[in-house]
Amino acid sequence: MPTSDHGMHSEGQRARKKMRHLLYSRLCGGALAVRVLMIVGLILLLASKGLSYFWPKDIQEVSLKDGSKVWGEYQGRKVFLGAQRDAEARYQIQYKVANRDLYDLDFRWVDEDEITQTSTPSGLLRLERREYGVFIGRLRELILGGEVHRGAVADLMPLLVRKMAERPANETHQWEQEARRDQVVLVTAEGQSSTISLFDVLHVEAPNEMSVFAKAGTLIANLWAFVWEDPRESNTEGGIFPAIFGTILMVFLMTFFVTPFGVLAAIYLREYAKEGPLVRAVRVAIFNLAGVPSIVFGVFGLGFFVYFVGGTIDQLLYPEALPTPTYGTGGILWASLTLALLTVPVVIVATEEALSAVPKEVRQGSYALGATRFETLWRIVVPASLPGIMTGVILAIARAAGEVAPLMIVGMVKLAPVPMDGEFPFLHLDRKFMHLGFHIYDLGFQSPNVEATKPLVYATAFLLVGIVMVMNLVAIYYRNRLRERYASSSV
Amino acid sequence: MSDPAVVIDPAESPVAHGSGLADARSYLDIQGVNLWYGNKQALFDIDLPIPEKEITSFIGPSGCGKSTLLRCINRLNDLIDGCRFEGRILWEGQDINGSGIELHGLRTRIGMVFQKSNPFPKSIFENVAYGPRIHGIRNKSKLQELVEKSLRGAALWEEAKDRLHESALGLSGGQMQRLCIARALAVEPDIILFDEPCSALDPIATGKIEDLMEELKKDYTQVIVTHSMQQASRVSDHTAFFYLGELVEFGETQQVFTRPLQKQTEDYISGRFG
Ligand SMILES: Nc1ncnc2c1ncn2[C@@H]1O[C@H](COP(=O)(O)OP(=O)(O)OP(=O)(O)O)[C@@H](O)[C@H]1O
Ligand SMILES: [Mg+2]
Repeated sequence: MPTSDHGMHSEGQRARKKMRHLLYSRLCGGALAVRVLMIVGLILLLASKGLSYFWPKDIQEVSLKDGSKVWGEYQGRKVFLGAQRDAEARYQIQYKVANRDLYDLDFRWVDEDEITQTSTPSGLLRLERREYGVFIGRLRELILGGEVHRGAVADLMPLLVRKMAERPANETHQWEQEARRDQVVLVTAEGQSSTISLFDVLHVEAPNEMSVFAKAGTLIANLWAFVWEDPRESNTEGGIFPAIFGTILMVFLMTFFVTPFGVLAAIYLREYAKEGPLVRAVRVAIFNLAGVPSIVFGVFGLGFFVYFVGGTIDQLLYPEALPTPTYGTGGILWASLTLALLTVPVVIVATEEALSAVPKEVRQGSYALGATRFETLWRIVVPASLPGIMTGVILAIARAAGEVAPLMIVGMVKLAPVPMDGEFPFLHLDRKFMHLGFHIYDLGFQSPNVEATKPLVYATAFLLVGIVMVMNLVAIYYRNRLRERYASSSV
Repeated sequence: MSDPAVVIDPAESPVAHGSGLADARSYLDIQGVNLWYGNKQALFDIDLPIPEKEITSFIGPSGCGKSTLLRCINRLNDLIDGCRFEGRILWEGQDINGSGIELHGLRTRIGMVFQKSNPFPKSIFENVAYGPRIHGIRNKSKLQELVEKSLRGAALWEEAKDRLHESALGLSGGQMQRLCIARALAVEPDIILFDEPCSALDPIATGKIEDLMEELKKDYTQVIVTHSMQQASRVSDHTAFFYLGELVEFGETQQVFTRPLQKQTEDYISGRFG
């Protein structure tokens, strides 16, 4: 074959290779960009949908063709699907009319064609109640200490605001007695009047009269309350503090269990065990463990931790309480142990990698100074591997914080108080707990009032994503600090 | 392999007689050492006296067993699976492989500097303090004193004193190597073994290390493995030439380089090897 031919051939090949390389790098870059965009988009969606729930919306007065009026917060607009196929598209608007005790439903769809006028009149109030959710109406009367106050809304409002400000931080019995006697009388859009005792009123606001700054303040206050308060009304109202607390506590406990266990197992496998078929089999088993569906871990946790370990503890330590189980039932301790089991392969694999990345020369340097194997391991090899170990722990945390399925059978419930109180031992690891992941499921699919909880799903998801990100960032920050300290010499 | 030039007359001892060695007290006495990695023999019947407070250099082509013999002296070969040792290494009249010798104590008294500088991923201070710490020194001022003394001893103090608590991995190659020397000095050994300590360094850094070795001669017995003929002739008092796991010639450096007794030695040092 003549050389010129050969040259052309290889040139064509090179061009093709270059093209392929370009294609691959573009594809990889594109895939990465799409992922980043998707994540950012998801977070923005969750943030906007979730946060808008806490923004005090104006209460609109909607006049309809039939002369009736609707008071409610604008929710959204959609094409009316019941329309004829070829007819012109008709729209419906959703309002949150609240007053669940009167109307049965918090939300109402109104045909756009029916609306003659919308406005935001002053004097409309939004009351948050202990029960039945929000009430929307106009203030008519105040009964304070047996005295009846009547008059213009502008005159009554300051009285009500002052009274609300007097609410003690901790509700006392005496205050409850008084608050039950004080009452507000409100009228609805239909002119129906409704009397609510002040004890039942948690919060009052008149959004139509609020400035943007006041609304921003309320947004923050609402967010604060959402984060720190207990849920009410089968999770459709109030905050999600127990779920946040449960999630974080469970991840902490999981980390506390998985780190020493995973690290010790990896050290044994890498540094002590003699490489052979057995060790290789164990390693394969660990890799495979990472692929087992998480619900299987849940079932194992239930059988082993809850029934076997917990049941044994009950028989030995709490026999007087039986047949009521103490530890022999799902609880946060068993849940975190189950998750620790689920995430331990990640920690083992990462730790093994990190240990094997410590150069042989560095170990020999330690031995040459007269260090024992144990000293070399704990003072040189493990510290040098800490950043790698932390990477494993970070991955474990990320996995554990998002895991829901296995927890449903080992102690996670839809409603439970924070497993911490003033009673010894203060932190009750045997108790059941709430979890943000499950809370999202519960709000979105199990709630008696799905329409009302929809924005809460977004807000809760936003919080869960936020918490996982914060926990990861803290761990990553910590790892980077370790990296600076023990910067690997192989770099 | 069967080159007749390679065959050594067993009757002729590789240790040059009348080389003045008889006067120097042989400090470490390597006697009849054989060593196998698995089935492969790496050292053949080595007899070699190492004199006290002098520098002995090991030279020879790659793979001839210099590092292996060096590692026999501080028993680092014990860490290698399948490594089998035979023979005796006497130190102060005691066999270092004997039952009366405590391995970690032995390694403490026989320091080693490696070819690839291997500072620990810790601060400069912690690198030097590591040895004393594992031998039970907790007192902070004592540690500080030791670190300063060792760094001065390794001619690194002036460069490192302001960055003692920074990572050792930020040092230059030559500084790292001197740090490793300081680390070895900190445990106050009697012998220091150098395995090609300058192979990755420039001439200036190499010069510093060589000056340092000269300085250390006052207190330490030193052994250096090197591929540089110039280095061996510059720094060492005695030179041992190895070939294929056998000791070919051992004598005063000047004699070995000017009037080698063996033809192989002459070929090697004059670069006519192969
Ligand atoms: N850990 C080991 N396992 C098996 N064989 C080894 C090991 N270390 C060294 N050897 C073998 O022993 C022989 C001597 O090696 P050694 O490292 O002592 O040579 P060297 O003279 O130091 O060479 P260089 O100048 O290249 O460092 C070589 O053939 C080498 O392949
Ligand atoms: Mg070598």
